[in-house]
Order: sequence, then structure tokens, then C-alpha cells
Amino acid sequence: MLAVADLRKSYRSPEGETAVIVDIPAWSVAAGEQVALRGESGSGKTTFLHLLAGILAAEAGRVMIDGAEMTALGEPQRDRLRAEKLGYIFQTFNLLQGYTVLENVVLGMAFGPRGADRAHAREMLERVGLGHRLGHYPRQLSTGQQQRVAVARALVNRPKLVLADEPTGNLDRRHARESLALIREVCREHAAALLLVSHDEDVLREFDRVQDFKAINRALR
Amino acid sequence: MTLPLIIYRSLRQHALSTLVTAGSIALACGLLMTVWAVKTQSQSAFATTGGTFDAVLGARGSKLQLVLNAIFHLEASPGNLAYADYEFIKRHPAVKAAFPIAVGDNLRGYRLVGTLPEFFTELTLALEPGGRWFAGEAKEAVAGSFAAERLGLKSGDTFHPFHGLAYDERSQHAETYTVTGVLRSTNTPMDRVIWIPLRGVQTMSGHDPRAATDISAVLVQLRAPTAGFMLDLMYNKQGNRLTFAYPVGTIIAELFSKIAWFDRVLELVAYLVALVAAGSVLASIYNSMSARQRDLAILRSLGARRRMIFGAVVCEAAVIGVLGSLAGLGVYLALLASAASVIRAQTGVVLAVWHWQPVLAACPAAMIALCALGGVVPALKAYRTPVAATLAPVS
Repeated sequence: MLAVADLRKSYRSPEGETAVIVDIPAWSVAAGEQVALRGESGSGKTTFLHLLAGILAAEAGRVMIDGAEMTALGEPQRDRLRAEKLGYIFQTFNLLQGYTVLENVVLGMAFGPRGADRAHAREMLERVGLGHRLGHYPRQLSTGQQQRVAVARALVNRPKLVLADEPTGNLDRRHARESLALIREVCREHAAALLLVSHDEDVLREFDRVQDFKAINRALR
Repeated sequence: MTLPLIIYRSLRQHALSTLVTAGSIALACGLLMTVWAVKTQSQSAFATTGGTFDAVLGARGSKLQLVLNAIFHLEASPGNLAYADYEFIKRHPAVKAAFPIAVGDNLRGYRLVGTLPEFFTELTLALEPGGRWFAGEAKEAVAGSFAAERLGLKSGDTFHPFHGLAYDERSQHAETYTVTGVLRSTNTPMDRVIWIPLRGVQTMSGHDPRAATDISAVLVQLRAPTAGFMLDLMYNKQGNRLTFAYPVGTIIAELFSKIAWFDRVLELVAYLVALVAAGSVLASIYNSMSARQRDLAILRSLGARRRMIFGAVVCEAAVIGVLGSLAGLGVYLALLASAASVIRAQTGVVLAVWHWQPVLAACPAAMIALCALGGVVPALKAYRTPVAATLAPVS
């Protein structure tokens, strides 16, 4: 499902020095597999996810998603691939505050090939227990409910791969556990692979495969 | 439906700046359309009104003053001419019809104009039901529709005229006139006048008895346009006692060319307001761009293409232009109705508020295009939104 080869990304510091952030020779995630990526804050995990999502362009190397080489594509094609095959759950959820819950989820599928399907978005929100909050705005929801909207938005387009960046980082222990269970369950239902970034040991314990980011990223050695 | 949703939500999120910007566009658009409509409609209405008569014969003086006084019932009369001059031109083979008029009195600011009864019949004017034309020698009057409405006159009412063209309550004449009818609206300056027999003005108490056979002007209809040049030669070039104001249309056009600078100033002000409005679209969207960038980055992370984001911002600016232009039509109607009311009260010329003009489509279209153009700069900023940097790494 996801395969990375010789992936490299660096940044230029204000002093003009080049710092390599990501340098991964080879790594992969199988279809439907659920993997947790462990790493310290500032270790480049989010940059790695941005590279996988095509939000950032890699300097070198390859990212293959469901047979398509993300890194060989131009930006419009990367946008299309992201809209078609990827779901992204941000730590801060990144919900659109001026849009209703239903609209937030509809926009999760609006840019893909299937286009906006309000009925399916409604079903997805019912699945995450927010069928009664369709017309609410994110600010009118609790943090846990906002997280569920983010999950629904990431999965509404039936993605092949879900990237979750510290999705429980802003939740208390109980809500974190519930939220994690929901993400994993919905990914399983949709046969989507899950790559979840976290440094929370409670979260990591839930996964059969936990990948230490330091072990695959030569930039951290 | 995605693009309209994004535009709608963005407009709603910035409702106040949207309203203020659309308001300034409405003002600019309304002002531009009003200036244009007043200019073109008043020129056309004045030309149409003047078109009833081909020429005016009057005392030696300004042709424009003569036309304004005799046809539009504005300005003072340049002087008198003898009734014989009327009889002479009436008999001229080139003249189809001629009507003498005499001015010099008013009723609470509305002019009394003396003429002959055939003025009404030959021009096929009509009365409101229940009225009749005045008799040639009687102390009777026919009120123009606008004057009757403003003065509250109806058939059977009586009044005492006041001396002069300007109302002065101390200069009331002793004569009592009876209103015999109200002229059906002609949408011309005739509506602002109270018509009385010619002899009435000539023999009004207090008027100079030596002028008892004088008239103020003769309104002339010609058999053929070429005849006008012949009479022009005869009165203006060969004679030096009278003025033959011909052609009326050209003289009115001269009036408008004299006040063209005022139109230009108004037009320039309107263009300036339009530019400021387009600038305010640019500024309001551009200034809110920092607040919008996170939303735009989120949309990009969901798969929205750069060009779609660019298009959404340009379309949003255009929609503000559409909203402003629609409100501008309201501003236009309100301003034109006010202007039309003032122009009608002052000149009797009626502007059609609901009259369709190409400027009503051209101006909003230009404003919308200008607004869309104003949206290009913030759209470029939106286009360049760095997704990863805006959705700042937090792990």
C-alpha cells in the first residue's frame, strides 16, 4: 500500500545551514495494515507525513501509494492522488470553523473523483455518532466530538491510507482511548491502512506493529 | 456545489467587510448609473419637449434665453414684441402654426402664461374629465397637471394672480380667475404652468397699458426645416429688432454643452468612487487573507487544487461585485427618482425612472469585472499559500 525508498527532505536554517530532517532508505506499510510510528517531538514525523501526503515535495526518493508514485507527480496530480487515496487526521483536527459539521465532511470528498455526496457524508457522521450534530459548527462541539468529525472527514472518501498525526494528543485519557478505538475500527471497516504517529505509550500499546521513527530515519542517527 | 459553498462560507465568515465593501460598490455603481441616466434622459427629454416647436420668435436677445423662457418656462423673458409680429409670422407661407404667449405673472411661484385657445386645440392637448378650455376674453384659467397638483387647484376654484415671475405675496393682482379645467399630464413643462387668455396677461391691473398689445414670444411650427433657415436669415441677419431662435434642438444642445463640465465632474467623481470600491474589495479580501490562509491550507490538504483556490477568491470578489451591483440598482432607482422629482419640479421635464438603458447592464458588468480584477492580487496570495508551513508541524 505504502512504500518509501530513499526519501530525503532537508531545511535551510536561518543561519544558512542545511539540516536534513528526513532520510529514509526503505519502509513500507501493507494494505489494511495498522502501524504506529513512535518518535519524539521535533523528530520530523509530521514532515514525514506531509511528504507521504504530497503536501511537501521531497528532494529525493520515492513514495508509492497504492501503486502510484507520489514523488513523480506534478502538484495538481499529487493533489488529485491525495484527494482520491488519502485521509489525513491532524492533531489539532484542522476543521473549517466557518463550515458546519456536515460541510466539513462533505469537503473531505469534494475534491476526489467521486465528488461531494452529502448522503454518504451524513452516513459517515452517523457512524461516528454525530448524526444529530450535522448543522452544528465545530466551535459548538466538544473536543472529542471535533475529533470524530476529523475522523469522519478523513474516511468519508474511502481512502486506501489514513495518516493520523498525534490524533489523541489533545484529548484526555478516556477520550483518547475511545477516539483511537474509533479510528482503528472505522479504518478496518473501510479496509484502509492506518499510519498513526504518537509518542503516547498507552496509544502505542494498542498496535501490533510499532515503528520507531529513529530506526528508519537516518537523519536522527 | 463545492465552489459556491466555499464562496458562500467565506462571504459569511467575513460578513461585515462583505457588507461594507458591497455597500461602497452599490454607491459607486448607483452613482455612475444615475449620472449617466440623468444626463442622457434629460438631454433626450429636453430635446423631445423642444421638438413640439421648431422655433421661437422673440425680442432681440439670447436665443437660449428665448427658448428657455418660451418653451421651458424658465428664465425671464428677454423682452416683448408686438402682436403684429405674431400676425406677420403666422401668415408666412413657410409657417404651419404659430402661437403667441405672454408671461409676467404667477400664482404662488407657478407661472401664468397667456395664450390663445387654439393653442390647446391645434396641439391636440386634452383636459381631465369635467373641464373645459377657457374662453378667449374671460378671466378663466386652465391649470397644468403638476401646477394643479401642487397648488391643489381643480375646476371651479378661483385665484388672484401675483405680479412678476417670482412669487411675492405683497404683489397680488385684483383680478379673480376661475379654473375651468386641468390639463391632462403631458410630461412637459406645460404641466408646470397655469394657462390664461392672452388678453388676461396683457390687460392685468398694474401692467403697463402701453404693453397691452405686446406679447412675450411666438412659438412656431414650420412646414419644412429649410424654411427655418430662410426665417433665420430674415430675422437674425437682415433684421435687428427680433430674434428667431432656430433650430430649437441645436439651441438646447448648446445648453447641455455649457453644463457638460458639470456632467464630467460628476462622472469623474463616480469613476473615482468605483475605483475606490474596487480597491476596497482588494484591500478587504487581502487583509483577511492571513485569517483565511489556514482554511485555504486545510482545503488544499483535502485535495483542492491551487487553481481552484485562486478561482474561489476571484469568484468571491466577483460575487461581492454582484451583490454591490444589485444593491447599486436600488441606489440608482432611489437617486434617479429623487433627481427626476427635482427636475420635474424645476423644469416640468419628466425622467422615466424605470426606463431601460444599456448602462444598467454595462455598469454592473464593469463593476463585477473590476471587482474580479481586484480579487486577483489576494487570489495570487491564496494561490501561493504554503500548505505544510501553514498547517504548522506540531509533533
